[in-house]
Amino acid sequence: MILLVLEAAAALALLSGVPVLLSGAGSIHARAFGRVLGLLGSTTGLVASMWSLCSHNHSRQDFAWSLPGASLSLGLDPLSAFFLVPIFLIGGLGTLYQAGYWTPSIHPRNYRRHCFCWGLLQASMALVVIARHGVLFLFAWELMALSAYFLISTEDQLEEVREAGWVYLVATHVGTLSLFGMFALMKTLSGALEWHPLPTGAPEDWRLFAVFLLGLVGFGIKAGIMPLHFWLPGAHANAPSHVSAILSGVMLKMGVYGLVRTLSLFPDPPVAWGAILLVLGAASGFLGIWLAMANQDLKRLLAYSSVENVGILLMGLGLAVIGRALGREDLQVLGMGGCLLHVWNHALFKPLLFFGAGSVLHATHSRQLDVLGGLSRRMPLTAALFLIGALSISALPPLNGFVSELLIYQGLFRASQALDGGGWAGAALSAPILAMIGALAAACFVKVSGVAFLGAPRTPRAEAARESPGSMLAPMGILAACCLAVGVLPVGVAPFLEAATECWIGETLVANGEGTLGAIAPLRDIGLLSGALAIGIASVSLLLLPRMKKVVGRQMTWDCGYSSPGPRMQYSASSFARILAKPLEWVSHPTSAFPRLVGLFPEKGPFKPQESRSFPEGGLQPYLTRLVEHGRLQLNLALFVLILGILLFLGRLDP
Amino acid sequence: MRAAEFAIHLLLLLAFPPILLGVINKTKAAFAGRVGAPLLQPYHDLLKLFRKGLVLSETTTWVFTLAPAAALLAVILAGMLLPAGPLDAPIRFTGDMILFVYLLGLARFLIATAALDTGSSFEGMGAAREVSFACLAEGAVLFAFLVLAKNSGALALSSMLRGVEEVEWGIAAAPLLLISAGLFIVVLAENCRVPFDDPNTHLELTMIHEVMVLDHGGPLLGLILYGAAIKLYILGALLVQVLIPFDNIGPGGAPVFVAGLLGLAVAIGVVESIMARLQLRHIPYLLTAATLFCAFGFLLVTR
Repeated sequence: MILLVLEAAAALALLSGVPVLLSGAGSIHARAFGRVLGLLGSTTGLVASMWSLCSHNHSRQDFAWSLPGASLSLGLDPLSAFFLVPIFLIGGLGTLYQAGYWTPSIHPRNYRRHCFCWGLLQASMALVVIARHGVLFLFAWELMALSAYFLISTEDQLEEVREAGWVYLVATHVGTLSLFGMFALMKTLSGALEWHPLPTGAPEDWRLFAVFLLGLVGFGIKAGIMPLHFWLPGAHANAPSHVSAILSGVMLKMGVYGLVRTLSLFPDPPVAWGAILLVLGAASGFLGIWLAMANQDLKRLLAYSSVENVGILLMGLGLAVIGRALGREDLQVLGMGGCLLHVWNHALFKPLLFFGAGSVLHATHSRQLDVLGGLSRRMPLTAALFLIGALSISALPPLNGFVSELLIYQGLFRASQALDGGGWAGAALSAPILAMIGALAAACFVKVSGVAFLGAPRTPRAEAARESPGSMLAPMGILAACCLAVGVLPVGVAPFLEAATECWIGETLVANGEGTLGAIAPLRDIGLLSGALAIGIASVSLLLLPRMKKVVGRQMTWDCGYSSPGPRMQYSASSFARILAKPLEWVSHPTSAFPRLVGLFPEKGPFKPQESRSFPEGGLQPYLTRLVEHGRLQLNLALFVLILGILLFLGRLDP
Repeated sequence: MRAAEFAIHLLLLLAFPPILLGVINKTKAAFAGRVGAPLLQPYHDLLKLFRKGLVLSETTTWVFTLAPAAALLAVILAGMLLPAGPLDAPIRFTGDMILFVYLLGLARFLIATAALDTGSSFEGMGAAREVSFACLAEGAVLFAFLVLAKNSGALALSSMLRGVEEVEWGIAAAPLLLISAGLFIVVLAENCRVPFDDPNTHLELTMIHEVMVLDHGGPLLGLILYGAAIKLYILGALLVQVLIPFDNIGPGGAPVFVAGLLGLAVAIGVVESIMARLQLRHIPYLLTAATLFCAFGFLLVTR
């Protein structure tokens, strides 16, 4: 029954673009009708998926399909329902947002196509999650990839957009190819072209490892895991902002869903797989946020930070796989709980930030941080909401990002504690790396919110910015409220997490006692403390500050006594990032142009702020040599620690 | 009993920290052959600041005025998670060490953001340095926590800092000494002491923390300085409790704890007197060394 409602919701989302497609962009009625259909679909879908998650609904429907060897098998379980929630939430909020952001008067050329693909993307993602038969899954996967391609290349009059779309199209098809291989192998193992538990094979069986590897590549490309992320920054930066929001917040999670679903099929995966996921996650997280820090393009930076967040997700997943391999239920609950909660959290704060970036783009027509500044006086609500998003994504209490990272940390600490004999250095090394990721994320988002929104406007463009309309602010407000709610009331999401985690583990957790997430993780304490902190900050800002402020004067910034500070003297985004970005220059290849100063009276020349391109450029050879030959004792020792850790870990693999 | 312990803990957390600054300054004065400011001078300075009016920059917004108070709240909350010698922490639960680290992170985020609100290039410079160097320091602290968790088998700060007796002291001593060395460097770095930063200097180009608060005045500066003092107390208390096993000392632990903190303040004063500030570009290497101390400690406990 709920499955039927969800199918109807997906169909409504699909139909939401049809009125505009048929009648043309000019018709107000068609637009309103389409929007109502879309919102109706998302609301129904959101309620139904939450409900089915609460009630642990397992259901299935099979229809005949004329395609040979295939059947229209749809199914619903808590894991599917868990991933349906962000699809409908962000789908609905994006529909609201684009009413003010992507109007037919500004974008007459692509409006119809864009509306239709927006609905198609939501419907196809919902189908990906509820598809049970392999062929149907691949069909939905391809539909999702294509609709995303058309959405990314919405503004196809721009060369940059066409190129980004093209790279994405190639990347996603490489991924689909390996998924074909994965399903084929799964059929040889389990006998069905379905999500069907695989037999407990001997660990030597190369087919099991091949399924894992193909899944990792296929889903990893979609999720943007580090070496496979090359398509992501360009695609997410060049799409319209609400599309970036759904691509980053939701579509990446389809890759994660695939990985989670695939790994749930292995009854006893080797520990090494968990370790591979942990290492990949740590690398994605660390390098992703580091490259984000080095970027001065607001949306490209947010895209790199998605790579980081997928890395954190992957660390949780790796922990859960290790727990499954060792039969440790607490590691599975903490790892999977952290991974899944971060799926929701990232689906809340990343769209919030992309919507904020869209508002900035809308108001100033620029994504470059170094031309912005002082926006919080001109767009106070956008600035405040963006700041909440920035705090959440930096995993700072009292907001939601902290809760999911806490679960993963706890799992990592337990793993490092309980497993003695040494080899566990590898797993436990992830905890300090996660801390560094957190600190880098905070650095990165201090830079973004400080440079874009605070200080004085650097250019006339930023000076002329105006606040966005309510239809763009409302979705951001809802997302910010959700971020705070999850941070202050993590107990509230625990039942959802437990339902989906149980579904992944395959057995029910012992209720009211050991084993449940609430029993293992300090969700209640965190909620109380975060609540106290939030109330404290709110009361300070509302009660104390207005009284304390005996403002005796307002003057220009002191600036160490300099008599005429100008806005262009402010610290720019590239200078802010310089300390951290400098060691990365051999990877990010920043380009900047300075005016040439010749003679006593040099002519005016162009200055172009630093711009970084994406990572995989040039051969690997120079990177490796430079990593080793630089003569810094500390770095060599750090490498030594790392390698020792890896070796100790490898020594434990074959007991 | 519990209420009395709570009150003493809170009193230590809120009233004791500024005296540490007084002790550091007195030590430095002794090295320089001066009498130095009275021990209680930092309290007078804070009171003076709180009584003053406020001059704000025209560029600043609500972020600038809110951040110091919110950061102070975060730091105090972090202090409540930490036991004080024989006194248990008022708030403790499994996983509170992560909250501890992230609350300090929240304070840093807010202060650095407020610095960027002034639109001054100096303050931007300070904010950039503060958040960049913190990345290395946080890794070191987490390694130290991993060692403590492994040694004690516990996952809450109160028990992590106590439970060393479960393993043999001979085995636990080496990693504990290594992380203490790492944590001492972190204490110096996070509290902007020499060799990372010089709290006395007025050469803005070379400063880290002080340069972020150039445009804060009156009560706002007071809040920031008070918060910084509490942060010194918190990180110092963490280090002291790693070094001194308060479980074995018994009920007489409170004076030992206070003495340990004062001793740490003297040690910081000595370091400031006999060392010069590092060149800015060498700071990351010293912080990396701190992380490596803690990492080697970690490798020792994994054996």
